Amino acid sequence: MENEALELTEPLPVGRRSLSNGMTAIAFLFTAIALLPLLAILLKILWEGVPHLKWEVLTSLPAPVGLEGVPNGFANAIQGTVIMVSIATLISIPIGVLTAIYLSEFGKDRPIAQAVRFMTTILSGVPSIVVGVFAYAVIVLNFKFSALAGSFALAVIMLPIVVLTTEEALKLVPMQQRLASAALGASALQTTRTVLSTALPGITTGILLAVARAAGETAPLIFTALFTQGWSQGLLQPSPSLSVMIYNYANSAYVQQNQLAWTASVILVGMVLLTNLLSRLLTRKRLTNR
Amino acid sequence: MSSAEPPQSVSAFSASQSTGDRGADIMATDGMTSWFNQGFVWLTRGFALLTVLLLLWMGWVIFKQAQPAIKEFGFGFLTSQEWDIANVKFGALPYIFGTVLTSTIALVLALPIGLAVAVVTSENFLPPWVRSPIAFLVELIAAIPSVIVGLWGIYLLVPFLQPIQLWFYTHFKQIPLFSTQPFGSGMLAAGVILAIMILPTIAAISREVLLAIPSDLRAASMSLGATRWETIFGVILPASVSGILGAAMLGLGRALGETMAVTMVIGNSAQISPSLFNVGYTIPALLANEFGEALDELHIGALMYLALILFVLTLAINVVAILMVRVLGYGK
Repeated sequence: MENEALELTEPLPVGRRSLSNGMTAIAFLFTAIALLPLLAILLKILWEGVPHLKWEVLTSLPAPVGLEGVPNGFANAIQGTVIMVSIATLISIPIGVLTAIYLSEFGKDRPIAQAVRFMTTILSGVPSIVVGVFAYAVIVLNFKFSALAGSFALAVIMLPIVVLTTEEALKLVPMQQRLASAALGASALQTTRTVLSTALPGITTGILLAVARAAGETAPLIFTALFTQGWSQGLLQPSPSLSVMIYNYANSAYVQQNQLAWTASVILVGMVLLTNLLSRLLTRKRLTNR
Repeated sequence: MSSAEPPQSVSAFSASQSTGDRGADIMATDGMTSWFNQGFVWLTRGFALLTVLLLLWMGWVIFKQAQPAIKEFGFGFLTSQEWDIANVKFGALPYIFGTVLTSTIALVLALPIGLAVAVVTSENFLPPWVRSPIAFLVELIAAIPSVIVGLWGIYLLVPFLQPIQLWFYTHFKQIPLFSTQPFGSGMLAAGVILAIMILPTIAAISREVLLAIPSDLRAASMSLGATRWETIFGVILPASVSGILGAAMLGLGRALGETMAVTMVIGNSAQISPSLFNVGYTIPALLANEFGEALDELHIGALMYLALILFVLTLAINVVAILMVRVLGYGK
């Protein structure tokens, strides 16, 4: 038998080979394009914002426009954001965590629980501007523009995030732990407590993600909490916030205000990225531990 | 992730709650504790229903506030082009047009790129330690607040797009799509910004859908001699088409309601023109700009009417999208 007759494989025809290589090239090119905006956004923010990131920016009020040499900052916006997000967190955590406990521990796959889960997912997809309109209709029309209306809108935005992430965290707790707890004679309430304490890191990251999201929301605040140049005057008055400040100063004719917008962006984006990285690390650790 | 959960019959918990005949007594408790426990379960159930009621309440409140405008303008609101605050004449067409056009641009740009990301990060072109960071980085775009994306859009994207738009305008003026003098801001800039913002949604969900395709399908196709891309086009993508359509629709739902970034780069001028370079206006942008100063009952009503349209539209799209993604068993 001749050796050259033993050709068992033959190369693919040119057409099929070039389709394969061409598509691989296109897919990688598109993936590179997809990563480009993130890179461009982060670099631009760092480039514009970091040089002006000084302590006084965090502690002083906005200087009157056009005035040079006075401390210029957005402490009032930080204060407003912290107050409104805190109140939204206080409203959304108890409701959200209890809903998640119901879904994961009691409701499970029953029709009611399925319906609640579905509606929560839908709620998380409602545009934030519509949530703002809702807060406007419920609080502003009956009362007035206030930090409270802003907090209400932020709470509605945070709620589905808290519910969905807490349920995921609770579902990761091994069933054996619930069985062991029940076998020791624990009641539903006691068992839920041990499950909650095991799931706490996951729940905490979920809440942090919701907080980060709320801190960056602008659309629901712009016509509920409005904006003020001075310190926040309490819950029943309009309140400044970082995100609305960025919006207002972005198109300002004054360079100092544009700079403040960039500096505030550094703070917001830093916070958001940190929470996301943290949640990513915690989730991966939990998954590899199992 | 939920695969670790045993079937429901193993769960002592639910059995005791449903007071079924099997294992109903697994947690022996005295009367007082049992009452307390029942109370706790009802408490969690109550809060769960509260979450559901919130969505209904939202729809009801917006519908009720929109009544003055619905009574006054009826369905003609959708086709009228007038928006005159002084004479309280309102019509929604330019805003609906702007919202639909920008979202369409976004979908056309983001779908192929998102699919490419999903394929690259779900196939084994790259080792896992490169693949999953790429997926994570793409998803990270979704975490950046929209107002900051808008800020970036004003100072980087719009100046970047302007010479490109100008080139198309000078060379292809005859084509309606490029027929107006570009200002930088406009429909195209808004569409590109939206594409960036919905890319993570499309990429992440498509990736999950592709990963959920049974490996038997791939193995069968490969063993018949198909190349990787023939397998992707001939087997994997057709098998996941409902999930990918669902991902695209979720992206569309996000694009329709996106507010701040669009408001900052679209030019905020109510015009209807086939040109991509023309300035425009969207429903969310109008809401953001006018709600704070709206005083007249009919003006507020017209804005509420627009919010209602947006609410119903995104609701319908999201419901269909979630159901489509679930057909594949993913997305629970």
